[in-house]
Amino acid sequence: MAIRRGSGVAAINYPTGMNLGGDPTQALVHSTPTGNFMVTLSSVDLGQGLKQIMAQICAETIGVPTDRVIIDTADTDTGPHCMGTFASRGTHRAGNAVIQAAKEARQVMLEVAAEELEVNASDLETDGEGNILVKGAPQKSISIFDVALSAHFKRGRSISGRGMFLIPRSYPEKETGAMKPSTCYAHACTVAEVEVDDETGEVTVLTVKNVFEIGRALNPKMVEQQLVGGSWMGISHALYETTEPYYPNRDHGGTDFNQYLMPGPGDLAETEIIVLERPSADGPYGAKGPGEMCANPQIPAVANAIFDAVGVRIDTLPITPERILRALKAQAAS
Amino acid sequence: MELRKSYFADQRKDGLHEIGQGRPRLDSPGHVMGKTAYFADRNFPGMLHLKMVRSPHHHARIRSIDTSEAEKHPGVVKILTAKDVPHNVYTILILIQIGPEDETVLADGKVRWKGEAVVAVLAETERAAQEAAAKVKVNYEVLPAVFDMEEALKPGAPLVNEYHGQNYYLYDSGECRKVRFGDVEAGFAEADHILEQSYQSSPIEHAPTETTGCVVVPEGNDRFTCYTNTQAMFFTLDNASIILQMPGSKLHFVGGTVGGGFGGKVDVIVEPIAILGAKLTGRPVCFIYSREEEMQISSPRAAEKVVIKDGVMKDGRIVARKVTGYTDAGAYSRHSPYGAQKGAAHYPGPYTIPNVWIDTYCVYTNRTPSSAMRGFGVTIGDFALEVQMDKLARLIGMDPLEFRFINAYRDGDMKAHHQPTEGAALIECMQEASRAANWPVAEKYMAMSSYKKGA
Repeated sequence: MAIRRGSGVAAINYPTGMNLGGDPTQALVHSTPTGNFMVTLSSVDLGQGLKQIMAQICAETIGVPTDRVIIDTADTDTGPHCMGTFASRGTHRAGNAVIQAAKEARQVMLEVAAEELEVNASDLETDGEGNILVKGAPQKSISIFDVALSAHFKRGRSISGRGMFLIPRSYPEKETGAMKPSTCYAHACTVAEVEVDDETGEVTVLTVKNVFEIGRALNPKMVEQQLVGGSWMGISHALYETTEPYYPNRDHGGTDFNQYLMPGPGDLAETEIIVLERPSADGPYGAKGPGEMCANPQIPAVANAIFDAVGVRIDTLPITPERILRALKAQAAS
Repeated sequence: MELRKSYFADQRKDGLHEIGQGRPRLDSPGHVMGKTAYFADRNFPGMLHLKMVRSPHHHARIRSIDTSEAEKHPGVVKILTAKDVPHNVYTILILIQIGPEDETVLADGKVRWKGEAVVAVLAETERAAQEAAAKVKVNYEVLPAVFDMEEALKPGAPLVNEYHGQNYYLYDSGECRKVRFGDVEAGFAEADHILEQSYQSSPIEHAPTETTGCVVVPEGNDRFTCYTNTQAMFFTLDNASIILQMPGSKLHFVGGTVGGGFGGKVDVIVEPIAILGAKLTGRPVCFIYSREEEMQISSPRAAEKVVIKDGVMKDGRIVARKVTGYTDAGAYSRHSPYGAQKGAAHYPGPYTIPNVWIDTYCVYTNRTPSSAMRGFGVTIGDFALEVQMDKLARLIGMDPLEFRFINAYRDGDMKAHHQPTEGAALIECMQEASRAANWPVAEKYMAMSSYKKGA
């Protein structure tokens, strides 16, 4: 009886969006006399930080700092339509809608600034800090705050824009299954290292090295939070979780966090995250949807590492100590 | 976390002002200081609490329902049964024309899973609602139940859901969604080795911090405001409109920050019945799942079974792959017909295989209805595919990582669902993993690229 060590690898891809139902999201952007920009949506922030990302996308597109953008979302009286936050679509679909709306608003903003500065709008650029400058003559400038005031009180313009992003519905061809179910794909490769106690069947995940290709890390800190959390969820899925621990008997399913098994902080593997960025052709600043993908590759990587450690295959999730011990017993018997 | 900027640098514009910056989240101070408002932070005078009477049986006919004792319980204001729901039989994907309507808001004549909602009790306090719910008497005739997809598909199995008429979802393509590419039998015939393996999974819970729920307020002008933590505002509003036979213009849905979703909050379960309660009583109503309901009543990830048959050459090329996927929807469709279909498009994984045959089934059993969850239609498929890849590599005596390089898809490769590959990056992920994990592969694999030659 011994503690045995093994490594396993898995490589995956993941689709962004849900084109098999049609996939629209809209956004509206307008400035207020404070020089702030409002983004109005009906998309839902699940805690993953959708509001922050939409603010950064809008800010980049208009040319203002992120803290000048306010997100008003998830209200069906005020917000234009969004299919919802699922299918790794939030950043990609809503982000594209925000870009289109912000571009339209930016154009009006530059036109008003051009009137104030008596130049052509095409000769203007933003400095990203809240100012509009004449290209090549940065001493000639106007603040976006002053442009907003001018638009409202002097020029009679609405600095606003409308954004719409729609992936039309794809209907699978009946006989061949030809279909376009999603747009871009995110990618991952994970290597997991485990220790398996062949006496108790217990698995300790020592390290998980995840490489994720996500199109574009719009906010690297938030990417990290999502990818680390996903990696943890994948390990939990592989080794712990079931709502029916005695299936096919449906009794004794977990009803709280004491009974429903998940790893605690002490069970977390040393986690490494490496991010590659191959911008997608149709993503907002190249972003893809990595929200779901990041919890997938750990599951087979851990399963393969367990085989590498003790030479048994557990092809049923979750990979519990009981299943490992039964497999080891069967292996010894044969 | 590290960003490896050396990959794909030619395709990326760096040096932007806001994009690519790890700005602190503007909402995080509110989260960490407990200032962020969630839907359940709203409290309204006269608010009623809704509790469900649930089926104790997996499959049973309802002979009778007696609410007389419960109605007399102090604090009870209203008790709802199936006859009170304007359009009681519904299915959420009817919005994208994926029918038939197959689920009841409140059970009518039959229950098809243990935990199914039968009677809704509205009372002044949560406790009164709970106590009154315990006094509702439902007389059941227990029916045989089926918990296994293969059993459910056999002739003579108990029929789970009469609205389908058989224990699987009927697609326009027949009993399963099909993907056909190349000639899979010819591929098997030329293969040096054939490996057929079967993989299974259990349902799992989304485990959000915040349980599913809503608070509904009648605005006094025939409009109702529904504060909810749904993941999809209009999707939920539109379904509520159908179930309640109430124009969408009468409904105002307000979300906000949600305490975790993971796909568990895209079913439309709590909102319609809470709005109905508010309409019939004229009072605010809250319906919030207990942790037990969140874990055992709300849809889990589906149990799945995946059978993969591969034909592989000694040199490492996979020449044929046949996948049969089964998704256990439980008793009702919810999002499962979509998930099974999404799975069909995901196989055979990120590999270029000339001959592919995919059948994915959405199967009905008397288990808790499953629905969307992070990785919907894909997660279990990836588990099966990637364990299978490991087995194939070992079968032909090849390094598992090198084996994946040989089969990895690249730009322009035709996928099984007849779409050309664009923006591939699997090879580069594997190259970086090889370096990071000190898992060496032959130099020729490190020299590969997802870009096609000359492209």
